[in-house]
Amino acid sequence: MSVLVYTESLKGKLKKNAFEVASYAYKVAQDLGTTVTAVTFNAQDDATLGTYGVSKVLKITNDKMDTFNAKAYADALSQAAKAEGAKVIILSSSSDTKFLAPILATKLDAGYVPNVVAAPDSTSPFVVKRTAFSNKGFAHTEISSDVKVIGVSNNAYGVVENNVSATVEAFNPSLTDGDFAVKSVEVDRVSGKVTIADADIVVSGGRGLKGPENWGMIEELAQVLGAATACSKPVSDLGWRPHGEHVGQTGKPVASNLYIAVGISGAIQHLAGVSASKVKVVINNDPEAPFFKAADYGIVGDAFEVVPKLIEKLKEFKAQNA
Amino acid sequence: MKILVCISNVPDTTSKINFTEGDTKFDTNGVQFVINPNDEFGLTRAMWFKEKQGATVHVATVGGAQTEPTIRKALAIGADEAIRVNAEPKDGFFVAKQLAEVVKNGGYDLVIAGRESIDYNGGMVPGMLATLLDMNFVNTCIGLEIEGTQATALREIDGGKEKLSTSLPLVIGGQKGLVEESDLRIPNMRGIMMARQKALNVLEPVDAPQLTKDEKFDKPAPKGAVKLVSPDNVGELVDLLHNEAKVI
Repeated sequence: MSVLVYTESLKGKLKKNAFEVASYAYKVAQDLGTTVTAVTFNAQDDATLGTYGVSKVLKITNDKMDTFNAKAYADALSQAAKAEGAKVIILSSSSDTKFLAPILATKLDAGYVPNVVAAPDSTSPFVVKRTAFSNKGFAHTEISSDVKVIGVSNNAYGVVENNVSATVEAFNPSLTDGDFAVKSVEVDRVSGKVTIADADIVVSGGRGLKGPENWGMIEELAQVLGAATACSKPVSDLGWRPHGEHVGQTGKPVASNLYIAVGISGAIQHLAGVSASKVKVVINNDPEAPFFKAADYGIVGDAFEVVPKLIEKLKEFKAQNA
Repeated sequence: MKILVCISNVPDTTSKINFTEGDTKFDTNGVQFVINPNDEFGLTRAMWFKEKQGATVHVATVGGAQTEPTIRKALAIGADEAIRVNAEPKDGFFVAKQLAEVVKNGGYDLVIAGRESIDYNGGMVPGMLATLLDMNFVNTCIGLEIEGTQATALREIDGGKEKLSTSLPLVIGGQKGLVEESDLRIPNMRGIMMARQKALNVLEPVDAPQLTKDEKFDKPAPKGAVKLVSPDNVGELVDLLHNEAKVI
C-alpha cells in the first residue's frame, strides 16, 4: 500500500515536474508510514528518482506509448495502483496529466483533487489545500474515498532531495485496442523554447507593446533569462501572439518563480491567472495600472526604453555570474 | 448528429471572491453569474455544427432553480432544448454521474463541456463523464471537425498542439480556440423571445456518492506594497531580483 506517483518523461528523459511530484509523494508516504512507488513510461533515467525519495520504480517500456495517450496511460496507471495496493496517487498539473487524471480517478472510484499547493493539512481525515476561483482563493478539501488522486500544482511544493535507493522493476500492463481509440496524428511542439508550464521565469507582454512587430525585445529578454514568453488576453484575441501564450483566468495559469509583465495593465482576470507566481515584476508607463498593486517590484516607465536597458543590465549580470 | 453542451453556472470573471458562514461557503452576494467561459466556446462551436451540419443541440446543467437565467441564455444563443438536473453540485464526480444519466437517456453523439469551470477549477467532469460512459475523450480541445462518425480534434499541449483522430460518440473538454473570442454571440431580442418558448426540462438527480468536500476556504494573504525602481536605474532591479528576491 505504497504511495504511487506518476513521473512524466519526454523523449526518454524525466521532466522536472517528475522530481517535484516524487518529492511530494515522499512527504505523503512519510506521513502515512509507507514508501513511494513511481511509474515511468519509456524513461531511460528512472534510477535518478531514488534521489527524491522513490523506493521502487515500475518501469513500462512499450513502443505504443512513445506518444502520450491519456486513456492508455490511465489504464496502465490504474493497473499499477491495483498491483501495489496504492491508496494515494500523486500526479502533476501538466496538461497531459490533467487529461488522464479524471479517467484514472473514475477507474479507481477515487476522489480527485487537482491544483494542490501544499503538503496535506492532515492524512486522517485526508485534507489538502488547493487553489480555487482561479487563484483568487484556496479551498481545504477533504477526500473521503478509499483511493485518493492528488494533482500537485507546478512549483508549489518544490523539489526536495531524500536519498533512498530505488529498485527498478519492469511492469507490463495489459492494454486493449479501446485504450488507443483516440489516436495521435501529429504533435507540433515548439522545440528549443521553454514552455510556460515548465518555466522558472515567464516574460509576458500586453497591449502596451502596441503591435506584434515589437515582440523582438520580449523574446530577447526571455532568451537572456532562459524564460518562456507569454501574453495577455487582448494580445491573443488580436492575433498578435498564438493562443497558447495567453495567460490568465481563461488562458494558461502561471506558477513560475518570476513573472515579468511588460505593458500589461493587470485586469482582475489576468492577475488571477498569474497570482501563483512567487515574484512579480511590472513595467508600465501608467503609474495607476492595477498591476502595481499586485506586483513585488515595479518600474513606471516606457517599456521601449526600459526593456532594452534591462536586457543590457541582465547580460552584464549573466557575464559576471557565469 | 445530436450534441449535448454541458453548462456550468459560474461567477462572472470580474467577481470579487469572498466567503461566508465561517469561510465554509462562497459568498454569492452581489455576484453576477454567467455561462462558464470554457463552456461558451463549446456552445458556440455547437451552433456552427447546427447551422452547417444540421446538428440538434441540447444544453444541460446541474444546479438549483437559480441557474435558470444562465441556461435560458444558452437557449437564447440558439440551443434547441435545455435540461436542468435539480441538485446542488456536490463535487465533480457527482456532477459527472448526473450528466452521464442525461447522456445515456438522450442518445447524444457528441458531448461538449468546458475544460474546467472558472469557479472550482476541478477540470474533471468531462473526463469522468467519458469514462463512466466509455466514450472517447479529448481534453483542452482547441479545434474540432466532424465528418460522419469520424472526428478530428486539435488539443493544446504544454508548448504546442497535437492533432488527434477518433470517432463518435465523443466527449470534448473545450476551451478558447474551438471558436475565437470574436465568434461568441450576444443573444438578440428574437433569440431571447424564442428562448422563452423552448423546453427546459427539470430532472431529479440520481444517487451518487460525494468523494470530496471543501471544508474551508481562505483568501491569499494581502500583498505588501510594490517596491518601485527608477527607470533610470534599471540595474537596481537586477540587483534586487538577485540579492533580495533570489530568483535570478
